[in-house]
Amino acid sequence: MVNVIADQPTVPVRRATAGPWRTAWRKLKGDRSAVGAFGVLVVIVIASLAAPLYAQYVSHTDPFATNLNGEIVIGGATQPVLQPSTEGLGLGMTPIGPTWRIGPYLLGADNQGRDVAARLLYGGRDSLLISGAAAVLCLVLATFLGVVSGFFGGIVDVGLSRILDVLWAFPIFLLAISLSIVLIAQSIQIGPFEIRSGSLWLPVFIIGIVYVPYVARPIRGHVLTLMQAEFVTAAIGLGASPWRILLRDIMPNVVTRIIVFVPLILALNMMTESSLSFLSIGVQPPDASWGTIIQDGQGLLYSRPIVALAPGLAIVITVLALNILGDGVRDALDPKSSPRGV
Amino acid sequence: MRPQKAFAALIPGLALLGMTIMSPASNALAAGGKPGGTLRLLANAAAGTADPHINYTLQYFQINYVLYDGLVTYKKAGDKTGFEVVADLAESLPQVENGGKTYVFKLRKGIKFADGSDVTSKDVVASFQRIFKISGPTAGTFYKGIVGADACLKTPATCTLDGGLSVDEAAGTITFNLVQPDAEFLQKLAVPHASILPASAPLKDAGTDPIPGTGPYMIASYDPNKLMKMVRNPHFKEWSKEAQPAGHPDEIDYEFGLTDEAAVTAVENGQADWMFDPPPADRLTELGTKYANQVAVHPLTAMWYAPMNTNLAPFNDIRVRQAVNFAIDRAAIVKLFGGGNLAQPACQILPPGFPSFAPYCPFTANSGEKWSAPDMDKAKQLVAASGTAGQEVTIITEDTTVSKAIGVYLQDVLNQLGYKTSVKPISQNIQFTYIQNTNNKVQISISQWFQDYPAPSNFLQVLFSCASFTPGSDASVNISGFCDKSIDASMADAETATIADPTRGATLWTAIDKAVTDKAPVAVLFTPKRVDFISSRLKNFTFSPQFYWIVSQSWVE
Repeated sequence: MVNVIADQPTVPVRRATAGPWRTAWRKLKGDRSAVGAFGVLVVIVIASLAAPLYAQYVSHTDPFATNLNGEIVIGGATQPVLQPSTEGLGLGMTPIGPTWRIGPYLLGADNQGRDVAARLLYGGRDSLLISGAAAVLCLVLATFLGVVSGFFGGIVDVGLSRILDVLWAFPIFLLAISLSIVLIAQSIQIGPFEIRSGSLWLPVFIIGIVYVPYVARPIRGHVLTLMQAEFVTAAIGLGASPWRILLRDIMPNVVTRIIVFVPLILALNMMTESSLSFLSIGVQPPDASWGTIIQDGQGLLYSRPIVALAPGLAIVITVLALNILGDGVRDALDPKSSPRGV
Repeated sequence: MRPQKAFAALIPGLALLGMTIMSPASNALAAGGKPGGTLRLLANAAAGTADPHINYTLQYFQINYVLYDGLVTYKKAGDKTGFEVVADLAESLPQVENGGKTYVFKLRKGIKFADGSDVTSKDVVASFQRIFKISGPTAGTFYKGIVGADACLKTPATCTLDGGLSVDEAAGTITFNLVQPDAEFLQKLAVPHASILPASAPLKDAGTDPIPGTGPYMIASYDPNKLMKMVRNPHFKEWSKEAQPAGHPDEIDYEFGLTDEAAVTAVENGQADWMFDPPPADRLTELGTKYANQVAVHPLTAMWYAPMNTNLAPFNDIRVRQAVNFAIDRAAIVKLFGGGNLAQPACQILPPGFPSFAPYCPFTANSGEKWSAPDMDKAKQLVAASGTAGQEVTIITEDTTVSKAIGVYLQDVLNQLGYKTSVKPISQNIQFTYIQNTNNKVQISISQWFQDYPAPSNFLQVLFSCASFTPGSDASVNISGFCDKSIDASMADAETATIADPTRGATLWTAIDKAVTDKAPVAVLFTPKRVDFISSRLKNFTFSPQFYWIVSQSWVE
């Protein structure tokens, strides 16, 4: 009896592949720039989330209440938070500058006598919350529209594409400012949900909407490409149902594209939120965002530039970190690329 | 008016007002060099219509005084005589007859409008009819005493002022007949709302199309988003140095759009010569030290205040309005304006030193005649009694640094009182008209009032009489919509009494000041001082207590 198995030529054993997600994660971990950016973001998020603790236990001030008659003890001497000029004609009041000590007024006060450092942390919390929530809203809407449009095609595609074209035709900031001006003074009702005037959800809604075409169209294009791919053709040939094709063949490939969009949209949202708040049509006082603090600091550029510089730097660092992380994620999810820094 | 005015000859003590220059600015501002050049003025925003019969802002009153003339005007002088009324288009001050009810003017001959047409008695009659036909903001207050004004106020389109204004062509006289004597009639004729315009002037708001005037300058172009360009009036010939002296600069460019911060920098760098808006708080220290010889500070008879809509919740409840008055820390707000050297806390309608002023403040923690501290406990009690806590309130401010800062402070106060408050800064260009129009449903706002002339009626009657409240109009300076019939009757009594017995009249106005203050249609915040910051090249800066800087009398090197 011939041992067939034993007579077969020996096939070299191939090591099991790690899979696309594990490969991507390995690539991302090897990208030192991305890892550094992620670390910076983690620090910013934790610091922002700790804003109430900072206000209560470190600065001992209410960052939303005016403190025009406040005083602070520095080096044993009591000083007013708003300091009158004693030179020349004796005109003007200047908020106290940075003390550079852990405690009240680390970064000084704004023109309402409020602690800039505490407001900076609260501002970060609101800016991140709005950017994050708007990113979720944008990506969910854009994914739905892009996938439905690309997958079903025909009249559905034509209809949805034209709607996206109309939105696309508006310059982003013109659209965002117009929506803000119209909606900022009144509540809006979306089904059972009411977004009240002055609510943080209003900028979330506005910012979430305006970037939808910029994400939906690439996703639609990607779905159209996938629909022509051999594995989809094979699935159709095997008689797979449209829903199975959508969920098992299309969506997994779309998800990687969406993940790449996340940090980029977050960065764009942060810039947009800051711009709207700077123009008084985003976060409303006394709430703080980095944009509103820059606006507060605009009136103190000559005497206390730190009030505007601090949130400005925070935006720059955060957006830079998001962009670097976005590049890293894109590289990591691209099977043709090799990790940077390796 | 909104951002300012005055007169003094009749009122003792007024000479003490507004005449102190705090800085050594006089040296830099003194005459020198050669008249001429182009003056560059800056403002954050334009002040709306160029129509002198409608515009009611300090910003354009100041300009309209050198563009237009009335039968009489305030003397263009840099001392206390600047409050005096002098003849302008009239040959002399009028003869007053019929127990103070008839004024007879004789029109000067040979004066031309900027379009070359002669100024005639027909233009005078048409101008006063026009004040009513276009529903001017002071038609129902300043000029309601002219015979026939009642009919004009009821049906403006058909206004003739029949019986109130007559012309004798042969004698060249114009006669005004009043329903009753008015001690302030000449002062009312001396403000730009009584400018004499061509009879052909449109019977609607002229907007950005300038109407020809008789002053030494005329508007060559006006774009409220950019520039008002004023050039010499080719038909102007000086007829009275004290009423309308010839202008020195060849051209005056009033540019709009720069922020107050940028405007300060522009003046510092010599790129502009003067800024209308108060310098922002963060630049004051710098101006008071490095540029002290280019700064002039003058006390004003004016107020910054927060009008509360007495016809809208929650401010339709007097307890809420009083609560706001109790809660506001006026000393804190003074800091937002630049400190104690630039403003004084106030809580009654009439400003300190004003005729009929008697210190009074019912809204202070430590009872007394002057405000000393807020009383938040009392304020919270009043709000609790009103049952309005939790309601939404929106504060409308101008988009200037100071106005916004005061709005944010007031928001904090209202939040402490239990309201859900938001702040909406809107362009300085439209804020004043926006908050006047009841259609906009403004609950509370931040505004300023500057005297047109130094009489208590100019604050009390103009801002708080029923006649000053015109629902649905952009020209309803009674922003609070306050209308109290008994106080209105008291004002009428005080007007009458002032003619027969000025002392009694003054006493009555004092009582009215207290009565209106008690009703709290507004929260008076502070009495400001005027800071003028000028370029080093600007010469002959002359500050009139009535006109402020007399633009036409300066020049640049």
